[in-house]
Amino acid sequence: MLRYTVRRLLQMVVVLLVLSLLVFAWLRALPGGPVSALLGERATPESRHDLIVQLGLDQPIFVQYLKFLGRALTGNFGTSNGVQPGTTAMDLFLTRFPATIELSVFAIIIAVVFGIPLGYMAAKRRGGWFDNATVIGSLVGIAVPVFFLAFLLKYIFAVKLGVLPSDSRQSVTDATRVTGFFVLDGIITQEWDAAWDAFRHLILPAIALGTIPFAVVFRITRAAVLDVLDEDYVRTAESKGLTAQLIRRRHVLRNAMLPVVTTIGLQTGALLAGAVLTENVFAFPGVGQALALGFERRDYPVLQLLIMMAAMVYVVVNLLVDLSYALIDPRIRTR
Amino acid sequence: MALGATKKDRIDALAKSSVDDSGVSLAASAWRRLRRNPVFLVGLGITLLFVLVAAISPLIAPHDPSARDLIDQVVKARNEIPPAQPGHPLGGDLQGRDFFSRLLVGSQQTLMVGVLATLFGLTGGLVLGTLAGAIGGWVDSLVMRIVDVMLSIPSLLLAFSIGALFAHPNQFTVIIAVATVQIPIFARLLRGSMLAQRGSDHVLAARSLGVKPGQIVFRHMVPNSLGPVIVQSTLVLATSIIDAAALSFLGLGNPNDAIPEWGQMLGTSQEVLDSHPALSFWPAACIIIVALGFTLMGESLRDALDPKNRR
Repeated sequence: MLRYTVRRLLQMVVVLLVLSLLVFAWLRALPGGPVSALLGERATPESRHDLIVQLGLDQPIFVQYLKFLGRALTGNFGTSNGVQPGTTAMDLFLTRFPATIELSVFAIIIAVVFGIPLGYMAAKRRGGWFDNATVIGSLVGIAVPVFFLAFLLKYIFAVKLGVLPSDSRQSVTDATRVTGFFVLDGIITQEWDAAWDAFRHLILPAIALGTIPFAVVFRITRAAVLDVLDEDYVRTAESKGLTAQLIRRRHVLRNAMLPVVTTIGLQTGALLAGAVLTENVFAFPGVGQALALGFERRDYPVLQLLIMMAAMVYVVVNLLVDLSYALIDPRIRTR
Repeated sequence: MALGATKKDRIDALAKSSVDDSGVSLAASAWRRLRRNPVFLVGLGITLLFVLVAAISPLIAPHDPSARDLIDQVVKARNEIPPAQPGHPLGGDLQGRDFFSRLLVGSQQTLMVGVLATLFGLTGGLVLGTLAGAIGGWVDSLVMRIVDVMLSIPSLLLAFSIGALFAHPNQFTVIIAVATVQIPIFARLLRGSMLAQRGSDHVLAARSLGVKPGQIVFRHMVPNSLGPVIVQSTLVLATSIIDAAALSFLGLGNPNDAIPEWGQMLGTSQEVLDSHPALSFWPAACIIIVALGFTLMGESLRDALDPKNRR
């Protein structure tokens, strides 16, 4: 297990190095070159010259890359020039990240709470109308553009019916901040109306963001349960007269959950892409909204950091999933 | 079920289905099961209808999609657009152009985005994948390392990042952005398929007959990868159309809307969804139905090619 962990950690370092190369190449390929891209169009010749020296653009390319790597390792990615002009990209990321984590957690909860039971029921009723309807429903869920679904939810529940708020994270303005997770803050400080208010703000964006993970979790659960139901040990359990409940809990679900756990982890890591669209629609002040605004306003200092962070989160989640997988599944541990 | 948990597992499982040792022709046995599969037939029906509409839309569209016939009915101050009326069943858009004709003709560009993005992605993946799979060694390690890192960036985010590289976005840059995301997927798929075939009988037979390595790759291995490639392509057709819409929504799409495209129509009409929901609803419905058609077809093809189901 230790050797496996070390090997995976080393692999991750390689992946991150290649990733930094890609982001570096991306920065070099930006329209007008990195100087115009990072400073914007209204830069003075002096500031351009300063940045050229600071970035070392007058030096050989591998020196430039090493400098880039150095700045990346110290978290110095420059100052925002479009999303929140004047703030450093790192500060912007740190203040917005809790919002996105909170939203992602709710989205994943929705995906899991609906995806796993429905997937199990569909597999048990293979070929029946419930199975067909849910499978087609999950395919429709994947086919609907996320931002359109977000707008539709906002239009119906916020604009037309007016039952849920349409934007931002909280309407209560005097809430105490502790962790940056507004629902949790409200619970810790026992400001129940603030927690409830933050929760209501999360419902619509979390549903929009959770749809694709839901569809994926549903389909993987269904496929995994179908595979397991076919196994000899389930037939043995049935023939020796175990109760249906015991078979389900001990034999079917425990084995079928392995790929599902992986899927949930990977979907969580990939949520940031969906968050770009969802947070933009609901003016939800998270990392996704910053990315959307960054693309719109071409705020490259912010974009280079956020793209790097998004990929890093994904890679780290990937690693954690693989490690937890090794913990759950003894077959992998002994390999 | 070839439904692996990770993106990589899914690609690898699909790649393995290019090796067939059942003795029955792959295409024949797949078709035998597909013919009676209602899911596949619905998907095929939607796809054929979509291609047909795209082909004949300039002929059947009642109006020129870029002509501002109804511009005098657009009242900016009162936020009014032309309502449905005789000759214009869906009314006009914000520029007073016949909306029904734009929807019909929009199918052409949408089909083009899907097909070109898939072709570019496939070509790039074919070059990288065969290179890695056929040569092996350090070329293989290098290519696959880069491919895996590209797969580790959420694909939509990668498409956005590539779209942002162009100072003046147009239809072509949208296609490039959406296609680049597919290159690593096809590369891993084709390499996996090559590796899976390396030890199989037909390659061994060819090698023992003294067929040149290059010929083995292009005459024997690549054709056998066709099944998985077709499956992945149908799925990519769907995602590329959806991704193109998302690019338009973020302002990374084609700003010139003289020639309509559904993704662009949907992406740019979101701002006025509150006042003119129909402008979003119709292109969204078209995209969802077409994407669903491709997905239904791709998923049932995947099941049909899966060796597990081929008993």
